[in-house]
Amino acid sequence: MLIISKDKETQALIDRVQEISGVDLSACYQCKKCTSGCPVSQVVQSSPAEIIRQLHLQAGDELLDSEIIWACASCETCTTRCPMGIDGAAVMDALRQISMQKNRAGQAQGKVALFNKAFLKTVELFGRSYEIGMIAAYKLGSGKLMSDTDKFPTMLKKGKLAILPPRGADKATVKRIFKKTKQK
Amino acid sequence: MKLAYFPGCSAESTARDMHMSSLAVAQALGIELIEPEGWSCCGATAGHQTDRVLATALSAASLAKVADMGLDMVLNCAACFGRMKTANHDLQDMGLRKQVADAIGRDYDGSVIVRHLIDVLLHDIGLDRIKAATKKSLSGLKVASYYGCLLVRPADVMQFDDPENPTCMDTLVEALGGEALDWPHKVECCGGGLSLTRTDLVVSLSDKIVTMASEAGADCIVVACPMCQVNLDMRQIDIKKQGGQDHNLPILYITQLLGLALGIGPDQLGLSKLMIAPDPVVNRVTSA
Repeated sequence: MLIISKDKETQALIDRVQEISGVDLSACYQCKKCTSGCPVSQVVQSSPAEIIRQLHLQAGDELLDSEIIWACASCETCTTRCPMGIDGAAVMDALRQISMQKNRAGQAQGKVALFNKAFLKTVELFGRSYEIGMIAAYKLGSGKLMSDTDKFPTMLKKGKLAILPPRGADKATVKRIFKKTKQK
Repeated sequence: MKLAYFPGCSAESTARDMHMSSLAVAQALGIELIEPEGWSCCGATAGHQTDRVLATALSAASLAKVADMGLDMVLNCAACFGRMKTANHDLQDMGLRKQVADAIGRDYDGSVIVRHLIDVLLHDIGLDRIKAATKKSLSGLKVASYYGCLLVRPADVMQFDDPENPTCMDTLVEALGGEALDWPHKVECCGGGLSLTRTDLVVSLSDKIVTMASEAGADCIVVACPMCQVNLDMRQIDIKKQGGQDHNLPILYITQLLGLALGIGPDQLGLSKLMIAPDPVVNRVTSA
């Protein structure tokens, strides 16, 4: 199926998604197997099949505000079940990345983008993720200061949260990875 | 046998119990686990959602260290396991391999064999040896094996058990004398890494899974992923608080349950770290 897009900017979005994900979206014939198995599409406004169809039908950057892009849990069910071998989870990764590049992540579902940044920041600093540091950075940024605080005393008592940052990782290599991948 | 053991970041915090029970079980069954010096984060969900080169390079950095050791890599964390296998798979793309080589400062070809501890237990140690080492029977214990997402998906990359109806943990439970329940939510998603950002989704998905296991008659759920464990265990508190059911269903790592059957003490398996106390399971097995 050849999808001809009328609008240049729109065509760029589907092209960009295909370029980043390596997926040929023209293979999708809307059987919706991806959507039947999607754990979050029952709760949010759109579905994986709908996202792909909207890309076919010249969706522009407004598609990046779809809740499912950031509600997707990367469970890989769509990827595993697609009869045409479309990697739906990679399509969602691509849409998230474009959303971040275009600074739209702050609008619709910016909490996940913020969490990812906080998580990766601790990896960049310590070579391994540091949960308390990540949770603190995420809470400060998201304003969700009180969420889950009821569980912290028990978690600390049970030794489920490490107080000190992780040690022992090859920090030099990890720092190099972050430096090199940011230069692109 | 000797393997390079990648604990994963959560082994040092929320999943210390997974780490402790992996070490204890391996020792009891004669598996020598060696931590690669300087191992680093696999990038997890945040990594692949952010950038493919970053995600692949973060996993490749540790894989390259294991390549130098000349050993296979073994993991208990399903999430790290998935990232390592995906990195090896994706590195077959020469363009990506070059970018990753530039990022980590050396070439790595994706050749380290990456295995999950359950696979090693079933296929290298074998059920006969495990049965011979068993000191306590799980007789009468009804166990719902929960595999979640990342152990089995995406199927063509993971090539680990049946992606829709995996049975490896069930096989182990049955070998230990327990009853492996036939239940429909083995590979449903708990919401994974969305625990802090979309707690609403995670609470609702975890509730469905725990409810189904309860209705199937489970005495406990066994898992092999720190995200599954934390969500199914800790979110039971939220389910109750939000007016839902008080499931009070213990969520154990498969290595903790195996450890109990091998006669290893609950303290050595980190069983006191679970939010939902596993006492009924522990008492039943240890008094068997």
